[in-house]
Amino acid sequence: MKHLIYATGLLFATQAVAQAPDLTVYTYDSFATEWGPGPAIEEGFEAQCGCDLEFVAAGDGAALLSRLRLEGDATRADVVLGLDTNLMAAARDTGLFAAHGVEADFALPVAWEDPDFLPFDWGYFAFIGNRGEPMPTDFRDLAESDRRILIQDPRSSTPGLGLLLWVKDAYGDEAAAIWEGLADNIVTVTPGWSEAYGMFLEGEGDLVLSYTTSPAYHVIAEDDTSRVALPFDEGHYMQIEVAAAVGGSDRQQLARDFLAYLVSDEAQSIIPTTNWMYPAVEPSGGLPEGFGDLVEPSQPRLIAPGDVPETRDVALEEWRAALSQ
Amino acid sequence: MIPGSVAAIVVAALILGPLAAVLFRAGGAGWPSPADWAAVRFTLLQAALSALLSALFALPVARALARRRFPGRSAMILLMGAPFILPVIVAIAGLLTIFGRNGLVNTALGWWGLPPIDVFGLHGVLLAHVFFNLPLAVRLLLEGWRAIPAERFRTAAQLDMPPGAVFRLVEGPMLRERLPGILTVIFAICLSSFAVVLILGGGPAATTIELAIYQAFNFDFDLGKAAVLSALQIAIVTVAAILALRLAGTGMAAAGLDRPVQRWDGGAGLRLWDAAVMAVAALFVATPILLVALTGADSLRDLPSTVWSAAGVSVLVALASAALSVGLGLLLALPRRALFETIGLMTLAASPLVLGTGLFLLIRPFAFPGDHVLAMTAVVNAVMALPFVLRSLSPDIRGAEAAHGRLADSLSMAGWSRFRWLVLPRLRRPLGFAAGLAAALSMGDLGVIALFPSPDTATLPLEIYRLLGAYRMEAAAGASLLLTGLSFGIFALFDRVGRHADA
Amino acid sequence: MLTLDALTLRQGEFTLRADWTLERGRRLAIVGPSGAGKSTLLNAIAGFLEPERGRILWQERDLGDQPPGRRPVAMLFQDGNLFPHLSVAQNVGLGLHPNLRLTRADRETVDRALERVGLAGLAKRRPAALSGGQQSRAALARVLVLRRPLLLLDEPFSALGPALRREMLALVREVTGETGATLLMVTHDPVDAERIADRISVVAGGRADTPAPVAELFENPTPDLRRYLGL
Repeated sequence: MKHLIYATGLLFATQAVAQAPDLTVYTYDSFATEWGPGPAIEEGFEAQCGCDLEFVAAGDGAALLSRLRLEGDATRADVVLGLDTNLMAAARDTGLFAAHGVEADFALPVAWEDPDFLPFDWGYFAFIGNRGEPMPTDFRDLAESDRRILIQDPRSSTPGLGLLLWVKDAYGDEAAAIWEGLADNIVTVTPGWSEAYGMFLEGEGDLVLSYTTSPAYHVIAEDDTSRVALPFDEGHYMQIEVAAAVGGSDRQQLARDFLAYLVSDEAQSIIPTTNWMYPAVEPSGGLPEGFGDLVEPSQPRLIAPGDVPETRDVALEEWRAALSQ
Repeated sequence: MIPGSVAAIVVAALILGPLAAVLFRAGGAGWPSPADWAAVRFTLLQAALSALLSALFALPVARALARRRFPGRSAMILLMGAPFILPVIVAIAGLLTIFGRNGLVNTALGWWGLPPIDVFGLHGVLLAHVFFNLPLAVRLLLEGWRAIPAERFRTAAQLDMPPGAVFRLVEGPMLRERLPGILTVIFAICLSSFAVVLILGGGPAATTIELAIYQAFNFDFDLGKAAVLSALQIAIVTVAAILALRLAGTGMAAAGLDRPVQRWDGGAGLRLWDAAVMAVAALFVATPILLVALTGADSLRDLPSTVWSAAGVSVLVALASAALSVGLGLLLALPRRALFETIGLMTLAASPLVLGTGLFLLIRPFAFPGDHVLAMTAVVNAVMALPFVLRSLSPDIRGAEAAHGRLADSLSMAGWSRFRWLVLPRLRRPLGFAAGLAAALSMGDLGVIALFPSPDTATLPLEIYRLLGAYRMEAAAGASLLLTGLSFGIFALFDRVGRHADA
Repeated sequence: MLTLDALTLRQGEFTLRADWTLERGRRLAIVGPSGAGKSTLLNAIAGFLEPERGRILWQERDLGDQPPGRRPVAMLFQDGNLFPHLSVAQNVGLGLHPNLRLTRADRETVDRALERVGLAGLAKRRPAALSGGQQSRAALARVLVLRRPLLLLDEPFSALGPALRREMLALVREVTGETGATLLMVTHDPVDAERIADRISVVAGGRADTPAPVAELFENPTPDLRRYLGL
């Protein structure tokens, strides 16, 4: 028993005495873990700068923003990595961020000019299904079909919010009617991406909301070509993930160096097979195999970050009303 | 009494302090919207139904287990501890392999040419909650049966009481005393249930207070509303707990001489009924667990090394948390004060998100929460397990006091002596159960570590979520099996120590 | 000297009055019909029941503010005199130190007490493994080591057969003789009362009578005692 207490104490204590790093980067959990891009990017940047970088994680992008709002000016972050276009307006309102001054040749389907927020990867939301099964070609078609879909709750999940804005952007005032039509297709609404995707793989639904890049994982990591993204005629809503430097930090230069590294060829070539998103800047070696055959949406959709908060609240009310009946 | 008061204040401060911190940071309360009130109504409905159904189905099972002796009985009792300590995501996966679209039930229905059942909706939520809580109710009821002095059953046998009369006269008083508490605990558990309701609820109609809190935090960043909703949830559970303590009498315990309970009731028909009840319950509880084991077994051999280190971390956190929880539980239960026990129960309703955020706000000025996430996880897990620890300790403390308190008084046994020589020996069994439960709950709970995940350290549940988030569903299934095995093993170990100490 | 000074006890609707003294070293039998309040009286002296009015004094000292364990009182109840989870020796040892931190000398005291009541060799047993008579002996052994000047017996031997009960009473008489303890015992049996007690108090009609010499009272019974004895 004594040994156990000792071991426990040691475990809790060693955590506390870790040395203060030179650069602190706030991000969402899955970016920083062993499976995400975090370790490789940390190693690469540390080799370049000869400094110590530390990732501090929050649950997801939304939790990351809440965390920043809670901490305000007292934040320890020098860089924040992993907000997206839907969170940018609220993030800008915190007044925490400074211009990054990094130039890059972005390979985004939309023009990008923002002095504070630097894109590092992006993707399209899409329904993923199994090859050979019926493939509806737009939301109306989907609503009329008997396809059973697994979606995420927009209040607790990034893809869930993406779908909400997708439908709203494509259908405007008719969005509520689309949701009413989809109601009988929806198997269930899960709190996060993992639950829905896991249930899809178990066969609980025919289609799951995810990213057009999802089939690339199955091809590259599992050599499985049976999962396909469904191209929708309305076009697909985008998620652009961004990073930004904190203005109040006393490590401004190091932060800007890190942001520059983030869009460098080395870092950008790490992104696709770790974060399973498109890199913001096309790596010199091109995209990995498996990314080549992905669905190319006819029309990228994105609500201007400044318009998201208002649109989001209206769309959420419509969504809830339509699905609560 | 004084250590009890201190413990009560500490626990209350751990629950209310973070809430106050969030409210203070918000600069005032936020008023819930109509949609939030709808969430409150749905939450109350599902929690009340879940509690009633769990207890209703638990009664015949516990009764059958109490009056029958058969080989495998202790294995069955052990099995009854399993679902409650299963990580939520594992249990849902297990249930879906039975009741899901491609599950056993629908496959069987398909063979018979019958239409498939749909598990998603209120009934699915209730099914999952009964799966989680029926076994807990069985265990708690069984403790109640065990606390009935053997002499009473002998008297009943002597008088040739029919089963109905035994139920009314011997078992009834025990149930009147224990059921309100059991119902309250399950009600409170289901009140703050989050993932189960969302995943199986089928849509936004099944929105709980906990999701509304989540939304207030991460979607609207309305801290005032989050605090108000959290306070509302605590208030509901507090009211329920007070009602339960009112309803529960205390006059049931009596001195017995610890003779092994031997039962004489029942003919062949009753025996058959009991056997059937137990078989159905065992099947309902064991099948999802077995299926989870089967799914995970393949990938168990080549689990990533991070899973193993996460498992080690989880075990240490669980042991620390169990020690803390049992210690606090004893301090709160020993004075036999309803107020203390109510405070202990309150923690069930505390929203982990508000708790974590509040702790963050309280700690942040002094230290960086991410550096102490394991200690925070252990403390919060301990507090979260407190209601179960109290539920299992408190009746036996009351029983021991009712039966032997006067003798102890006349011998001047107070303080430590009374604890060491009267309470502790009478408490071995519930202590083992409580410690096992607290450790297992800590093992399986994602907890506050999800709010402040440290990239280099993970508990096993967090590691599972990370694997799931990185498409590694098979590794996650293997890790889930490992988690289930560890939780169950740690629970069984403590429980066994407790039960053997008593024999 | 035990003094019940204008004592009124109340339990719900039921009241009992007593106002008398009992000299030190006496053996008092308390008789009376069921439900008359015999146990109530003992519980009050032992400190389990607070008097509504009046005082209970021992050697001129008011016991009112003393908890049961601090009173100069050892009491044996009708049942539950032993902790089922402790051994016989531990049950007796509690009489020396409630924390059971026993020195070698203490353990010898326990052994002597067990020997005295005829339980030598059974020290390690649990109460459930003893016969009724042996359980009573174990409880008496604890009374011996407790060394309290007042011994209250609330019919602890009522479950034993007549022969065994008399044996126990004889043992009690010997023990009180050795320790000089003052004895108050509830009994239903006039023969028991005559055999062991030198004073008797009749409890009936909401009143506990002043103790009177046994022989005197049996020769010239009060109306209450007549009714109780069926004379």
